[in-house]
Amino acid sequence: MKLVMERREISSPLLRFSAPIASIAVALFVAGFLLLASGVSPLAAYKEILIESLGSLYGLSETLVKTTPLIFAGLGVSLAFRMQIWNIGAEGQIYMGAMGATWVALFSGIQNHWVMMVAMFFAAFFCGGLWAGVAGILRARWQVNEVIVTLLMNYIAILWVDYLIYGPWKDPKGFNFPLTAQFGDAARFAEYFNTRFHSGFFLAVFCALILYLFIERTVWGYEIKVIGSNPKAARYAGMNTGMAIFFVLFLSGAIAGIAGFSEVAGLQHRLQHGISPGYGYTAIIIAWLAKRSAIGVVIVSFLMGVLLVGGDSLQLLWQLPVAFVYAFQGLILFFLLASDFFIIYRVKLVKGVING
Amino acid sequence: MTDFLKIQNVRKTFPGVVALDDVSFSVAPGEIHTLLGENGAGKSTLMNVLTGLYHPDRGQISVAGEPIHFTSPRDSLACGIGMVHQHFMLVPAHSVFENILLALDNVPNFYSKKKYKEKIQKLIDEFDLDLDLDIPVWKLSIGAQQWIELIKLLMRDCQLLILDEPTAVLTPQEAERLFNVLRKLKEQGKSIIFISHKMREVMEISDRVTILKKGCSIATRTRGDFDESTLASLMIGKDKIPQWQKNLQMSDEIVLDIQNLSVRNDRGLSDLDDFNLQLKKGEILGIAGVAGNGQKALAEVLTGLKNTSQGKIMAGEEDITNSNARYSYIAGIAHIPEDRKTIGIAPDMSVDENLIMKSFKSGSFRNWIFQNKKAIRRNAEEKIEQFAIKSGPDGTPVRYLSGGNIQKVIIARELSEHPAVLVALYPTRGLDIGSAGYVHKVIADGADRGMSTILIAEDLDELLKLSDRIAVMFRGKLIGYVDPRKTTREEIGLMMSGEKGSLPDLP
Repeated sequence: MKLVMERREISSPLLRFSAPIASIAVALFVAGFLLLASGVSPLAAYKEILIESLGSLYGLSETLVKTTPLIFAGLGVSLAFRMQIWNIGAEGQIYMGAMGATWVALFSGIQNHWVMMVAMFFAAFFCGGLWAGVAGILRARWQVNEVIVTLLMNYIAILWVDYLIYGPWKDPKGFNFPLTAQFGDAARFAEYFNTRFHSGFFLAVFCALILYLFIERTVWGYEIKVIGSNPKAARYAGMNTGMAIFFVLFLSGAIAGIAGFSEVAGLQHRLQHGISPGYGYTAIIIAWLAKRSAIGVVIVSFLMGVLLVGGDSLQLLWQLPVAFVYAFQGLILFFLLASDFFIIYRVKLVKGVING
Repeated sequence: MTDFLKIQNVRKTFPGVVALDDVSFSVAPGEIHTLLGENGAGKSTLMNVLTGLYHPDRGQISVAGEPIHFTSPRDSLACGIGMVHQHFMLVPAHSVFENILLALDNVPNFYSKKKYKEKIQKLIDEFDLDLDLDIPVWKLSIGAQQWIELIKLLMRDCQLLILDEPTAVLTPQEAERLFNVLRKLKEQGKSIIFISHKMREVMEISDRVTILKKGCSIATRTRGDFDESTLASLMIGKDKIPQWQKNLQMSDEIVLDIQNLSVRNDRGLSDLDDFNLQLKKGEILGIAGVAGNGQKALAEVLTGLKNTSQGKIMAGEEDITNSNARYSYIAGIAHIPEDRKTIGIAPDMSVDENLIMKSFKSGSFRNWIFQNKKAIRRNAEEKIEQFAIKSGPDGTPVRYLSGGNIQKVIIARELSEHPAVLVALYPTRGLDIGSAGYVHKVIADGADRGMSTILIAEDLDELLKLSDRIAVMFRGKLIGYVDPRKTTREEIGLMMSGEKGSLPDLP
């Protein structure tokens, strides 16, 4: 008896569609044991997650607040993934974007709301983009692995922002807390329904639509897809792959950078320590779950938002550690990657010895 | 003396392809036995059978008189059969010693480094190889890396060594050294199967030569009983030259003029060496030559994938050698690549999208920055019908298509811009007869419309059938032109082995 793996000729659409759902289900199942181990009924916990995150206007608004930066970061990461460029540095790009937006908000002296918004947007866009662009240049020119570069630059970005808020940008009236001064009204997004829900969400959905059109409909998107599918064929067709790598990493970082803008303008109204609690890493899971599609990113980000808000309530209600949420995210990604294997291969049990 | 290895009537088929039809030959101890054959004659399949990767459908293999049955490469190694592959199986960052040790079975967990080193060093001295055991492999020349592969097999006490085109990657000096080693091995009574395309080497080193053609072993000759031209004609065969309607009124206008072109490869050897070629308007110029004599470099230079180190390429009045003008000209030179799956297509994308890979920027397929999906679809429908591509349901990724259909997609794309010049590299390799015939027709039709084609192929029949002229290449040089209506296989075969042709240039 022997297990044999066989490549499937064509994987059925049903299988491809059901695999992410199945992997979430299996992750829920396995996470259930973690919950049981901490003495919490899994069913009650899952119900609690849904009620807290979706069951009230407040819950829903909080979920959308969390969804917003995840959409930006997820879009950025998925764009790069589309070209088989592994941008692991969305976290750092969020920080750099937040820094750029904050710099404009605090020091530009612009009074007009719309001018301020546009200026902050572009500052965040370029700061995030150039930060990722460094990895793009290294990769395009000298084949330096972008995974390492983007990942390590996260730490630099986070510590750089820490330096600013502990040092030169510290609010003189902030009782020595590591915060910048509060933004003026011109530098804030509108908020709705008396909750923390802000315009950043609409900007995120809008970005998703633009990116969807960009990838699926434009000539550049076509080029990115060809390079992602087969870089050698792309070079053979006369495409400039080096330029494309830089451009895609730049854009990927720029979109992640907007998440930083949205967080400081919509939520924090200042730059402070820990502005992103790992959104950039969650974005990797989101991009993968969404199969790198822009519309998928919006949906999956929302699911992750549910999980984050619901997870918070688990902490309050049952004193579960926040690590539970991360463990659950990890489980989803793990089972998703495993399900990819089953989409591509068929596993068969064969009797006897295999010849040839 | 009994043969060490005896192969009788081996047959191996893959779905739809007969890779080996009927192969028999034997290797005696102390013999260097050469396998000669064109690409696709079944050499690699045969080697994979011998090393236990494939299981033959029929036939018998015996080692030292015992019939054997390999189920895995491990079995074959246990019988003392070892192979030096064309691509070395080495860990570049590890030392020579570590690489050799990795290949050995039964190394105890706590082994005496000194003992093993001494043993390996003894082999190195015996064969007069200068090889430092502690140096990392990546620092070594290709020739020295090959020695490591050899030592690995000798340490395993292999009795039969298979060398798959070992000299393809070597400089002439390195090759000479390798031959000395092989001769010593032979004196020690080892059996060697030597695979090569290079006639001179075959003549120099072989005791016997077996010729493979289309999956059959058609002849075995003993030393003294063969010379270069008999081998060449055996390899090429003596079938009747097929007839084909030729393009008789050829224009004298030269569309492409290659002057004294030299191209160096990564190892500093010359792929093309002072190469000259003239392509006339509307002709099909066949390039004959044993594989590895610069054909691929020629195609890559012409299509802008490789840079020249010397010489000029003129397209009419325009110098397109290394300038940017060349890139703009690429639109006028279409290319059917040798390696269709690795550089010809984007495998995850649909037929529609693959068909526009070279013209996606052109106005007909875009509206401002957006792709014109309707035009792309219409183009695909047109091409699918025109070239009879079996493309499956709309949007099926190209990689699910058969080889012949993938080739049709590439050809449809390359010809869609009505290029002035087509460079086709082995365009029918691996295709079934129907698809191959179709490809021929497309090329011939193109010539009628005034397209000039450089057809690089290994099947002489194909060249004789299609070409208006045939240029023969040898070691990166042009040996001469022949007229396919007047030439013989023998003449081409001789020229392929480097003898000057009787016709230096066609009038």
